[in-house]
Amino acid sequence: MNSKRPVNLDLSTIKFPLPALTSITHRITGVILFIGLIFGFWALDASLSSPEGFEAVRHALDENILAKLIAWGLLSALAFHFVAGIKHLLMDGGIGLELESANRKAQITVVASAVLVVLAGVWVW
Amino acid sequence: MVTNITNFGRSGLSDWLIQRVSAIILALYTIFMVGYLLFHPALDYPTWNGLFAQTWMRIFSLLAFLSLAAHAWIGLWTVITDYIKPTGIRFAVQIVVMLAIFVFLVWGVQVLWGA
Repeated sequence: MNSKRPVNLDLSTIKFPLPALTSITHRITGVILFIGLIFGFWALDASLSSPEGFEAVRHALDENILAKLIAWGLLSALAFHFVAGIKHLLMDGGIGLELESANRKAQITVVASAVLVVLAGVWVW
Repeated sequence: MVTNITNFGRSGLSDWLIQRVSAIILALYTIFMVGYLLFHPALDYPTWNGLFAQTWMRIFSLLAFLSLAAHAWIGLWTVITDYIKPTGIRFAVQIVVMLAIFVFLVWGVQVLWGA
């Protein structure tokens, strides 16, 4: 490679194509979901430990605005990670690898997960 | 083939496959749990506890937790090695992630078969 070629590694000046943005969001939501496992396992543990624990989880999800926000946030991250993961599996199957369809699939990923994020919000509230 | 002993399956191809298989198991578990909760809007403790008393549900959950452990490790390993370049810090973060995965796994088994 010609080492005299100009190099720009300043990410803030680069315009990312949509598939790049969905790719990094897939990674970010994955990290968020990992941290969110604390809440998921807590809720599962408490809800199965006793009737009081079950009511505590139910009460938190019914009344506590912070718990609702966390639940919605994690469900949203899960929705995006899920949809983007399906996209990955399709691409592994050789479906839609051309530039045109790659953009289209990234758009579908964004729209589909946006719909799921709204539905998750409706569910939580 | 490039091998790197710090990843999960000791080869990229193996990691790739494990990541896909675990993803499908986790997707099925997610669909099941979301579907179950949607179809039981007035869920009570006996019903919920009864679900997790079933052997098939415990095995399904254990399979999901094991998939989660593998999936999280491969995913986070990829992210960590991509963004954290200093070896010492990367190593430390990887150990923290590994311990966290272990804790989640033990916690999950305890919830399923616990006292």
